[in-house]
Amino acid sequence: MTETVDQIFVIFKHWIVMHVPAPWQTLVSLLVSVLPILAVFPGLFAITTILERKGLGRIQNRYGPNRVGPWGILQPLADGVKALIKEDIVPRSADKLVHFLAPLVIVMAAFLAYSVLPFGRNMVLTNLDAGVLFYFAVSSLTELGVFMAGWSSRNKYSLLGAMRAIAQMISYEMPLILSAVPVLMVAGTLSTVSIVEQQTAHTAGIAHWNVFTPWGFAGFILFMISSLAETNRSPFDLPEGESEIIAGYYIEYSGFKFALFFLGEYLGMFAISGLAITLFLGGWSAPFAFLSWIPSYVWFFAKLLMMIMGFIWIRGTMPRLRMDQLMNFAWKFMLPMALLNLVNTGLWRFLPTGITRWIVCSLVVGIPYVLLGRGLMHGKKLENRVYSFAE
Amino acid sequence: MLGEGIIKGLSETARNFLGSFVSKERLTTVQFPEERLPRAESSRNFPFLVFDGDDWQQGLRCVSCQICEKECPPQCIHIVKSKDKKMDAAGKPQFYPEVFDIDVSVCMSCQICVEVCPFDAIKMDNEFELSTEDRFGGLLFNKQQLAKSNTYYHQIHPLEAAQVDAALAEERAKAEAKAKAAAEAKAKAAATAASGGAAEK
Repeated sequence: MTETVDQIFVIFKHWIVMHVPAPWQTLVSLLVSVLPILAVFPGLFAITTILERKGLGRIQNRYGPNRVGPWGILQPLADGVKALIKEDIVPRSADKLVHFLAPLVIVMAAFLAYSVLPFGRNMVLTNLDAGVLFYFAVSSLTELGVFMAGWSSRNKYSLLGAMRAIAQMISYEMPLILSAVPVLMVAGTLSTVSIVEQQTAHTAGIAHWNVFTPWGFAGFILFMISSLAETNRSPFDLPEGESEIIAGYYIEYSGFKFALFFLGEYLGMFAISGLAITLFLGGWSAPFAFLSWIPSYVWFFAKLLMMIMGFIWIRGTMPRLRMDQLMNFAWKFMLPMALLNLVNTGLWRFLPTGITRWIVCSLVVGIPYVLLGRGLMHGKKLENRVYSFAE
Repeated sequence: MLGEGIIKGLSETARNFLGSFVSKERLTTVQFPEERLPRAESSRNFPFLVFDGDDWQQGLRCVSCQICEKECPPQCIHIVKSKDKKMDAAGKPQFYPEVFDIDVSVCMSCQICVEVCPFDAIKMDNEFELSTEDRFGGLLFNKQQLAKSNTYYHQIHPLEAAQVDAALAEERAKAEAKAKAAAEAKAKAAATAASGGAAEK
């Protein structure tokens, strides 16, 4: 019974494909796999926008949107209708073709990334041998879309935003990939499906998730920080910077193209959360053996929602960084830590199992963390600002 | 250590997030159309014409002196003076405005009309929900729309209205006393003149 519930979507897909004439089977099989992704994740985007606005409101002791529908839950619908019926303005001096293509590139890149994420047991669009590599290749297309948008708008703000975005995304791509490499070293494969399968084993009821090891924990933190920067989320939302450069690279977009940018941004966030779940949080597997009766896709989406909550929480907490702080953090902290974590993973692999391995590996990341943190703060005094005229 | 501040900040926001569900005092937002705060006495938005008694046409204090029309900086007041005179509240024959229009969309809420009015006939209202579907006719208020009772004035600006009423009553009493004194003096003069004339004869 548990098995059937777990595999219900897979069984359903096979059933549909079976009832289709043989020459059409490949196409139908593809459509049946792709369409749910095209439906579920934009739906999740709609839910996330309202959750985010509500959550941020609560963090700031406000109610958040509560006018459309009961408790404002129909707000995304109203926003969608608004985006659709707004005028689509293209600046006269804009590069029309590129201006048109930029939002499409961003959304397509975001959607492509889902093709290698396993959403449940046997639920993956393509089990590529180089799945993780494919993911990073595709997700870096977003940078192209961002720069296309910034450049083609022919606006100073959008170009500034695009330049910031390129600088930020390229700087953080390195720690992002380097923090994912330890997982690949241990797993010995680039296939997302096998990476998850290796994490499903249990010892004493606790799953072998990579995040439950010193290198995995450090890698997870580094990966999440870089993914914040990759997806332009607060506190790394410099490319948008509402208060400085108004909306950054998509300042000249209106109507549905603007909505597409938003969609692309959130889809990118879900995708990178999905990859983090795949690499570090055991994909669709349960954390404890006694919970494995819960279907695999429920676990995946529960973890995804937790990650989204984390993103919202961080957005509600931290102010935007300055460009130099951003770069210092990337090159003086993230990159050395990611490289050290590689060494640490090697140590973990070759040291004999036991408590010593835990202590050594924890120290190898812990001590540099403290020292590098001090280095970052070097010469900077953090104190309460004293105002001479206010108050 | 690096990250301490972030942990502190995250716990602070978590406290606010959870606290907003627990304690109502945290949520200071007034849910406007359903909940309303009482408006401050000094709040003002748009002038109205005060009338005494119950009949707005009879009790209108305005005597159509047109000072407010001349003083209005954005020139949003339009008055047509009457040809005949009507009895005012004090029982004195006065002119009255045949037409008194104010364009809400032009009015800048400066209160100069109120300052210059010698009859306390125009005062500031604090009604602010003035939106309408017709942006020309709907925003041009005529005499009837502008006329509001003294009771209403007492409701929105209790202190100020009481002062105005006291001042008006005092003035009226003074005028009455003066009239009385004048009448007495006249009567006396008439009496002396009559007696003097009689003595001479």
